[in-house]
Amino acid sequence: MKNRLKVLRAERDWTQAQLADALNVSRQTINAIEKGKFDPSLPLAFKAARLFKMPIEEIFQEDTEEQ
Amino acid sequence: MNKVKNYTTVNQKNTKKLMFWTAAWVISMAIAAFAPRFIWDFNTTLTIIGVLLNIAAGLGMLLANRQYLIDLDEMQRKIMLEAMGLTLGVGLVFGLSYELFEDIKLINSEPEISHVVIVMAITYLIANIKGHRKYQ
Repeated sequence: MKNRLKVLRAERDWTQAQLADALNVSRQTINAIEKGKFDPSLPLAFKAARLFKMPIEEIFQEDTEEQ
Repeated sequence: MNKVKNYTTVNQKNTKKLMFWTAAWVISMAIAAFAPRFIWDFNTTLTIIGVLLNIAAGLGMLLANRQYLIDLDEMQRKIMLEAMGLTLGVGLVFGLSYELFEDIKLINSEPEISHVVIVMAITYLIANIKGHRKYQ
């Protein structure tokens, strides 16, 4: 799964630690999601969507290469 | 960016609690094992108190570990689950093979539970490090 977390975070000038705090996860988890090494659960993805005030599909997209 | 509770603070608090109960369990285990012989000359009442304290500390450690796992985030919990799964498997396979080796005279010494615990602890440590590296 691809995501725009890193871009959205940079646009808001937030650090990984600040985003981790806002989503109530560890900084390592944010790093792993940004690098595409870990796919968040639906509740966490919805939480991120609420935080960025965007539809979930604008943040997370299906990685078609994985199919 | 309002936050309900800070993950790092909760995690640090849980880690400290787990460290405290683990230390209490190890110390009470040492007391239960050595004090009857070296301190109170096998006084039954004191020995029972020592054993009960050890069980209580063990229970405290279990509950602290449970809370630690509950409060982990989903990726950390996944790393722990994979590490614990591997540890359980290695412990089972190694433990049963170890006992079998003695039964079929491949080793001469009596199998010690502490050896299985050491193997499990090393497995858990390595699996945890590998898990964290995997998601770095």
